[in-house]
Amino acid sequence: MSDRLHMIVIGNGMAGCRAVEEILARDPNKFRITIFGAEPRVNYNRIMLSPLLAGEKSFEDIVINGEDWYAENDIALVAGDPVVAIDRATQTVTSRSGRTERYDRLLLATGSDPFIIPVPGKDLPGVITFRDMDDVDKMLVAADAGGAAVVIGGGLLGLEAAHGLSLRGMKVTVIHLMPTLMERQLDEAAGWLLKSELERRGQTILTQADTGEVYGDGKVEGVRLKGGTEIPCSIVVMAVGIRPATGLARDAGLDVERGILVDDHMMTSDPAVLAVGECVQHRGAVYGLVAPLWEMCRALADSQTGNPSGYTGSVTSTKLKVSGIDVFSAGDFSGGEGCEDIVLRDATRGVYKRVIVKDDKVVGAVLYGDTADGNWYFDLLRKEEDISEIREALIFGQAFAAGGGALADPKSAVAALSDDAEICGCNGVSKGKVVACINGGAKDLDAVRATCKASASCGSCTGLVENLLAVVLGDEFAGERQVKPMCKCTSFTHEEVRAHIREMGLKAIPEVMQEMSWSTPDGCSSCRPALNYYLLCQWPAEHVEDPQSRFVNERMHANIQKDGTYSVVPRMWGGVTTPNELRAIADAADKYGARMVKVTGGQRLDLFGIKKEDLPAIWGDLNAAGMVSGHAYGKALRTVKTCVGSEWCRFGTQDSTGLGIKTEQMTWGSWMPHKFKIAVSGCPRNCAEATIKDFGVICVDSGYELHIGGNGGIHLRGTDLLCKVATEQEALDYCAAFIQLYREEARYLDRTAPWVERVGLDYVKQRIVEDAVGREALRARFLYAQSFLQIDPWAERAGGKESHLHEHIAEIRPFAVVGGAA
Amino acid sequence: MTRLDALANADHDTHPELDTHMIADWLDIGTVDQLPALGARTLPVRGGQEIAIFRTANGDVYALLNQCPHKQGPLSQGIVHDTTVTCPLHNWRISLIDGRALGEDEGCVPTIPVKIDGGRILIGRKEALQGMA
Repeated sequence: MSDRLHMIVIGNGMAGCRAVEEILARDPNKFRITIFGAEPRVNYNRIMLSPLLAGEKSFEDIVINGEDWYAENDIALVAGDPVVAIDRATQTVTSRSGRTERYDRLLLATGSDPFIIPVPGKDLPGVITFRDMDDVDKMLVAADAGGAAVVIGGGLLGLEAAHGLSLRGMKVTVIHLMPTLMERQLDEAAGWLLKSELERRGQTILTQADTGEVYGDGKVEGVRLKGGTEIPCSIVVMAVGIRPATGLARDAGLDVERGILVDDHMMTSDPAVLAVGECVQHRGAVYGLVAPLWEMCRALADSQTGNPSGYTGSVTSTKLKVSGIDVFSAGDFSGGEGCEDIVLRDATRGVYKRVIVKDDKVVGAVLYGDTADGNWYFDLLRKEEDISEIREALIFGQAFAAGGGALADPKSAVAALSDDAEICGCNGVSKGKVVACINGGAKDLDAVRATCKASASCGSCTGLVENLLAVVLGDEFAGERQVKPMCKCTSFTHEEVRAHIREMGLKAIPEVMQEMSWSTPDGCSSCRPALNYYLLCQWPAEHVEDPQSRFVNERMHANIQKDGTYSVVPRMWGGVTTPNELRAIADAADKYGARMVKVTGGQRLDLFGIKKEDLPAIWGDLNAAGMVSGHAYGKALRTVKTCVGSEWCRFGTQDSTGLGIKTEQMTWGSWMPHKFKIAVSGCPRNCAEATIKDFGVICVDSGYELHIGGNGGIHLRGTDLLCKVATEQEALDYCAAFIQLYREEARYLDRTAPWVERVGLDYVKQRIVEDAVGREALRARFLYAQSFLQIDPWAERAGGKESHLHEHIAEIRPFAVVGGAA
Repeated sequence: MTRLDALANADHDTHPELDTHMIADWLDIGTVDQLPALGARTLPVRGGQEIAIFRTANGDVYALLNQCPHKQGPLSQGIVHDTTVTCPLHNWRISLIDGRALGEDEGCVPTIPVKIDGGRILIGRKEALQGMA
C-alpha cells in the first residue's frame, strides 16, 4: 500500500480525529495517516472535561477513539511528542524529540490555547487553565485538599470549572469582568437569572470585577482585585477565553490572521496544508464550539476524496447545563432594526424565553430554565423558515405551535382549554374561574385582577387573560384599560410595581423585570429611571445605583445644556454665602471658562458652559472651598429659599434664615419622585414665595404655618395649608414626614402638586397631622434613608469615581492635522 | 486615555498584540470593557466631528456621530436600551444600528462601522474621519 499518500495530522483532539474518521468513511485507502498529539493520550472528548471534573464521568467514559481504533485503521499515533516545526519546502514536520516525517498532505488541527491574563502572579504554582486532562488532574488534587478556589472568567468554561470545583467541595468565587455572566451567549436577563441561581447554590459571583494580581509566597494564596479586595484561595483557574493556536502555522509562513486562514475546502494558503477546528479562520469567523467543527470536517473529507462540497460557515447555538440549570442560545440576540422580541417569563418556574424575529424569520433565541424547544428554534433559524403562520404561538414552543391551524391562533388555543386548566400559576386560578369572573362583570384586565387575582402577581399570564376576555366578551372587549401601566414595557401600574418590589423583596432592576414579566429585554428610558428610584427608596441601605438608568443630569451630577456643555450649581445653604465661597466660585468660573454666571431663582449661582471633562476638576475646586453639590440637576431636594427673617428684618417674626439652613441640612441629598423645593418666609409678606413651593413655611408670631403641594411652572398651583406648629423642631419633623410620604407614595415624575390633588389634602393631613405615630415613623424612615444619601456626589467624582463618564475613550488625531495645521 | 494617531496606528510594532488583524482601514480605539454596559463614551476627532461609542446590554458595540439629528444633542449622554439610545435633550429615540430616528420623528445620524476583535474595538477609519475639514 506504499502508493497511498501520507497525511500527517497535527493534533490528536476532536477536530483532528473527526477529520480522519470522515476521510476513512469515504475512502479508507487514499491516505496513510500519522497523528501527532501533544498529550500522551488517545483521542478523547474535550467538552466532557466538565463532567469529568464534576465526578460524573471517568476518563474511560470520555474516550472517543481508543487504541484499537488507531490499530484497526493503520494510523500511527505519536502521542506526547508534539510537532515543533513545519518545513513546507521539503514537506516535512519535526517533533520535539527530533523525529522528522515527510507528508503529502498536512492537516493542522492544533485547536486553541487558553488565554492567560497578564497580571502579576500569573505564573505562580496553583494557577491553572482548564483545557486538558492535566488541568483537570491538577484541579482534582487541589480539590482533595479542600479550601477555596477562584475562577477568573464567567463564560461557559469558567462556570463549568466553578461548578465542578464546587461539587468537589471547594468554596468557589467566580470573578467576571463583564456585568453579566456568559454575555456572549446570554442576554442580560438570562445572565442575571443564572447568577442568582448559582449564588443560591453557594458560589460567590463577582461581576464587573477586574483582577489586579494573583498573590502568594511561592504558591497561590489569593487574588487581589483592582480596587483592593482580596479573595484568599489555594488555586486560581484562568478561564477568560481561548485563542486559536496558530504558532506553528505562522512560523511555517502560512497566512494567519486571528486563526489560520482557510478556504471553503479547509485549504490554507499552501494547497498541501489543510486546517480544521478552532485554529482556523474561515470567512472572517473563528469558532470555539464543537458543532462547526463537524461541518468543517465533512467539507474537508469531501474535497480530499474528490467530491468537494464546501463549508459555508456555521450558525452556532449553545446548549448547556450548569449546575443543573438549562440554558440555550442561538443566532443573533442583540436585536436591531426590524427585529422584534417575543418574550415569555414564568417567574414561578424560573423560566425566561426570548425569541428574536426579523422579517417573519427566527434570527435568535435565548432560553433559560426550559430549553426543550431550543433545537426547534435553532432549526427554524437555520432553515430560515417563514414563521408568520405560527408567530402568535411561537414562544409557547413546538408542541403548542405545531398544533397548527386552530391551535396556532392564541384565542382558539385559549378557547380550546378545558375549564379546569390553570391560567394563573401564582394564584392558582383556573380558566373556569376567570371566565366566571368575566361573566360576573369584570370587563377588563384590571377588573379580572381585582376580582379573581388572575394575572395580578407576576403578570406572565396577562396575555392569556386578555385572550380570555376577548373570547368571552367578543366585540364588547375594548382591550383598553382604565388604569395606565407604568410604560409600554409592562402591564402593571406604578403602584403595583412598587408593591411587588416591597412585598417580594426585589432589589435590582433586572430582578423586577423578570419577576414582573417585562416585555422588553432591558426596559426603556421611562421605566429604568423609575425603577431605579423605587428601588433606592424602598431599600436605602442595600440599593446599588445603576448610573445607566439615570437621566443624563443625575448621571453627570450637572445640568446638560443645549450645546452639550453643563451648568454647575454649588449648594448655598438657605441662600446664604460668604466672601470666600464667592471668591472660589469666581476663580472656578475663570479657570474653567464659564461663559455665564447667573443668579438662580433658588438663591444660588449657576456656572454655565462647563465641559464634561472638566466637571470632576471644578467640583474638586468647589469642594476645597467647602461647597457641595446643589443637586440643581436632580429629582431631588433642590433649594431652601429664605428671607432674612427676624435677625435683620423689621417685620420678621422668626429666624427664617436659620430654619431654612437647618431644613436644607436635614433634607439635602434626598432623591425624590421629582424635584422638590422648599422655602421659609419670616412673615406673612412671604418674600421667599413659600406658597408656590412643594413645602413652604410661613413664620408667624405664634409659630409656623406649614404649606404643601405648590409649584410654579406650567400649571401654577398655590400651596394648601397643612397645619400650624409651635416650634422649629416640629416644623422640621413635619417636613421630614411629609417628604417621606411623598417619596414612598407618589409616582415617579409626579411633583407634589398633582400627587396632593390625586390623593387629597385630607389624606395627607390624616397621615401627617392626625397620626402622630405614623408621622414619627415616616420621619424616622426619612432620616434613616438620609444617612445613606447625604454623601456629596461631587466629592466622589472629584475623587475619581465613575471617571469613565467624564473621560473620552480615546482621541483621534488624524495625521494630516498632526503634521499640518496642528 | 489613549491618543491615536491615525497613521501611527497602522504601525504594527506599536500594537504587538494585534499585529495581523490590525489593518489600516480600521482604528483600534480601546477595549469593550472600557465602555459601561448600556452606556457610551465619546471619541473626539481632531478637526472632525465627535463620535459616540455605545455598548448594549449584551456587549455589542455601535458608533454614531455624537449628534442627535434633531438639535445636535450629545447622544452619548442618553439612556441606552436594547439597540436604541434616547437623546438626553428632547427624548428622540435613535437606532444604534442605522442611526435613524424611531417612532414619529424623522432624521438620521451617520453611523461608523464597528468590529470587535479579541475584546478590542475597531472602527472604520474612513467613516470616522469623514466630515473633516
